[in-house]
Amino acid sequence: MAVHSAADGWIGASLLRKEDARHLLGHGMFVADVRIPGTQDIAFVRSQMAHAQVRGVRVPAGAPGRVFTLADLGPLNILEAGPELAAHRHSPYPALADNRVRYVGQPIAACVAPTRAEAEDLVDTVEADLEELPAVVDCVEAMRPGSPRVFEQWPDNAFIAGTVKEGDPDTLASAPIRLHRQFRMNRQATVSLECRGSLAYWDHRNDELVIYLSTQGGHVARRGLAQALGLPENKLRVIAPDVGGGFGGKNRMMPEDIAVAAIAMKVGHPVRWIEDRREHLIASVHARNHYYDLIVSADSDGTLLGVEGEVYIDAGAYSLWPTGSFMEASMASRNLTGPYRIRHLNLKTFTVATNKAPMGPFRGVARPGACFAIERLVDEVARELGREPFDLRRQNIVTASEMPYQTAAGMRLDTGDYVAALDTARDMIDLPKIRARQKRGEPDGRAIGVGFAFYTEQSGHGQVEWVKRKSRVVPGYESANARMLPDGSVILHVGTQNHGQGHETTLSQIAAHELKIDPSRISVRYGDTSTTPFGFGTFASRTIVFAGGAVARASRSLGEKIQRIGAHLLQTDMANTRLEDGAVHGPSGSVSFAEIAQAANIRQEHLPAGIDPLLDVTSTYEPKETGGVFSYGTHAVVVAVEPDTGVVEILDYAVSEDCGTMINPMIVDGQVQGGIAQGIGTALYEEIPYDELGQPLATTFGDYMVPCAPEIPAVRMAHLVTPAQTTEYGVKGLGEGGAIAPPAAIANAVADAFRDIGASFNETPLTPRRVSEAVEHARRNKGGAA
Amino acid sequence: MKAAPFEYARPKTVAEASVLLGRKGVNTAAIAGGQSLLPMLGLRVALIDLLVDISRLEDLKVVTRTPDSVWLGALTTHAAIEDGRTPDLFNGLMRHVAGQISYRAVRNHGTIGGSVALADPAADWPCCLLALNASVRVVGRNGVRVESIADFITGQYETTLAAGDIVMGFDIPAPASALRWGFAKVARKSGAFAHSIAIATTQSRNSRPTVVLGAAGPRARKLDATAGMIGLGETSEESLRAAIAADLETHFADQDAYQKRMHAATILRAVREMQAR
Repeated sequence: MAVHSAADGWIGASLLRKEDARHLLGHGMFVADVRIPGTQDIAFVRSQMAHAQVRGVRVPAGAPGRVFTLADLGPLNILEAGPELAAHRHSPYPALADNRVRYVGQPIAACVAPTRAEAEDLVDTVEADLEELPAVVDCVEAMRPGSPRVFEQWPDNAFIAGTVKEGDPDTLASAPIRLHRQFRMNRQATVSLECRGSLAYWDHRNDELVIYLSTQGGHVARRGLAQALGLPENKLRVIAPDVGGGFGGKNRMMPEDIAVAAIAMKVGHPVRWIEDRREHLIASVHARNHYYDLIVSADSDGTLLGVEGEVYIDAGAYSLWPTGSFMEASMASRNLTGPYRIRHLNLKTFTVATNKAPMGPFRGVARPGACFAIERLVDEVARELGREPFDLRRQNIVTASEMPYQTAAGMRLDTGDYVAALDTARDMIDLPKIRARQKRGEPDGRAIGVGFAFYTEQSGHGQVEWVKRKSRVVPGYESANARMLPDGSVILHVGTQNHGQGHETTLSQIAAHELKIDPSRISVRYGDTSTTPFGFGTFASRTIVFAGGAVARASRSLGEKIQRIGAHLLQTDMANTRLEDGAVHGPSGSVSFAEIAQAANIRQEHLPAGIDPLLDVTSTYEPKETGGVFSYGTHAVVVAVEPDTGVVEILDYAVSEDCGTMINPMIVDGQVQGGIAQGIGTALYEEIPYDELGQPLATTFGDYMVPCAPEIPAVRMAHLVTPAQTTEYGVKGLGEGGAIAPPAAIANAVADAFRDIGASFNETPLTPRRVSEAVEHARRNKGGAA
Repeated sequence: MKAAPFEYARPKTVAEASVLLGRKGVNTAAIAGGQSLLPMLGLRVALIDLLVDISRLEDLKVVTRTPDSVWLGALTTHAAIEDGRTPDLFNGLMRHVAGQISYRAVRNHGTIGGSVALADPAADWPCCLLALNASVRVVGRNGVRVESIADFITGQYETTLAAGDIVMGFDIPAPASALRWGFAKVARKSGAFAHSIAIATTQSRNSRPTVVLGAAGPRARKLDATAGMIGLGETSEESLRAAIAADLETHFADQDAYQKRMHAATILRAVREMQAR
């Protein structure tokens, strides 16, 4: 490990993560590790059918008090979910099924027993009497007249439909190049290493309900749970201990969470539910699942003109509180111009209810699909024109001199040099060398392809953006409390939730930078609504901008007070002092933070007149520009594809990215590498197929393929650094970018390998079967044409 | 995903294990490494009354080199074979196959006997042992019997094992000279169950090659037309493909166009690898 010295500054230091030691030693504390005496386990009776009338639930004799149906939980309130738009249809989602089940895996009853195995035994004895109804399985079919309905009272199956019309799309009809393509990104699970889980009990001393919850945002979860349970928020304490990944999947109110809390209020002992992987794959938050039917228009010189068509989001059976999945459609359509000067858009969007588990956010939210569609279209236009796809990108991409650039769909691309990112990636992957290699051919008969994809990643968006989205909860700020204890050590309490991002390290680096002390003197605390200031949690790549900014502000205020007290103790004017190395330095000597903190906390007689005791500051932060700042980058990948088996091997993967100022470059590298691992999952492996009855067909890791170490290349990275103009230190969020571009880059690479026969790869994951069948289809077409 | 209740017994001898496994009116299962059975019990797709733990029976752990063969006791783990802790008479074929079964954690516990007894169509050992003309020794209430792998595995998850039968181990004949072999496999990812496994072997310069395809139908099969074509010496890809197509039609007619294309590719790769060795 490189030793870092304070003189180098803490912003930009690749410190080892504070979190790593406990996790490497197995000393982490996740929900399933929490031991409260008397805890009993819950297992759920779940629907075996995609759509059915619940005629009754038969509970065996001898089980009263151990089996709970919806009627036994009440009274509960239904949370209205989705945007605050009258046009968004309500999909009341009870904690346990009422008289209808709408997806396989929907909880119908909860069984309580001393162990999970016994609870599952009890589940086996409960009989749900279901009368099967026609299932809505395909989101495009679902919008045809005559389709069965997920909700009978709705006029069709759309939660909401919309139109995005920008520029003058009527002019596109006469464009020299018009290509019509369909793209499908199939359904995935979020596959956090730790599944979901909660443990709840009534704390009689504090007279409150305590819920240990594996969540990305405890404060917002408390709000939802309090509303559902009808409890005042001060009677509910949510504790998120170590959380083993979330990726979006732990940022929605789920029926099990409400059921566990409600049962805890009915029984005299703690209860917990620990989601197993089968439940996770079947009934946790699902993601992706977009369908695009698009026409791209271009000039004969390769200028991209516009995109028209339809976007379908297969959103599953219910909207998850608070925001549902409606943002998928707007984000997909607003990102469909990518980084290009495409000025005309005409899109119809449909967020469609189907008899599948509800969709929620997942790292990248909507943009992997949008990026897949537009970046594939760019390659298709290039192929049509006989151009090098890279050159077509370079020709159409927004240049540095055009920044800030307002896209057709109204997003403000703030800073950066997109052309430099393209060129860097091209040089890293050595495009000419690959083109030469392709000409030589491979001795093993495989085909080599190279693909590029460019992404932008909006982060740090605040009030303006979320109000525009009609969000029920507007995460426009974050908060931080900075407290110096009598010995001069510091505790930060923040409202965001660390679930693998390294916040304990990066946030302490920021405070260390402001306070001029070593990060080892700073503890970061989060995940307990009783001790942390209100915050929204960690999602949307927002924490480094928002919580980082709040920590910076709180630390700065704290530092100012420290300096003021220090100046008094040094008997000099504050202007003559500075903070350095854990002390306030004046013209003739210094006084340590420990002495100052002692005065402020326990020896007030040393404080200057008019200065209140305590070193304790709570600040909030919102960036000046709340439309967001955009990270961006280029992914370049080389693949080898065996046409007959369809097996794709990644030979090289290079990324040039720009997330503004990096607080901890090693953590940035980890975020990029980790995001790409999940992006490769979307591109090549992960899928929950459904049969025509709505039965999920990948319900264990035997069928649901997650890329593991052998499938994930060591990604080569270059960091361009263009600081943001509107955030503290110039940071931009970067948690999701890695996951956005891989499906597009990899599909482009596979298509490039077969560009001579014109094979198209427009559906993820690119399984061996899909790849081989696309090649075979193209071969046959070419044979037929010749 | 917790197993339903069951009784557990850990017999001290093979005879005792056989009696327990053969109890009338009781649904029993033998557990060795448990790498397939435990998940099936956890998912409650396998429901049993009595689990008979044979994992500590020393008689099933015997590994010896006989004059004409190698004997691998049923409890030999994939990892032991992978690491070369068993005699390698096969020029590295078994080590190579073992090293690609699932993940190392599974290989540390999973056994060759358990794999063959389960007879998963996508498993590696049935395919490999068929290619090596191995025989299996089974002890049961009617005494001991020896069967070829081809006879022992009768279908998908189906063998000749009857209640009370226990796989003792495998007798694998030594090749006359250094074995030439090729192995090719297609799986969705490393460690996943295969969608195609092809193994080609030649025991000696003058002997007829063996080609086996697994993970394609209910059980692995020898491909005689393909083997015969290779035995003729230098063969064009076209004639080899024709022979492969004939074999696929004979044994795996149910496979769809993609599957046949994929199998042909793995078979070709295995054959070419053997020829190059």
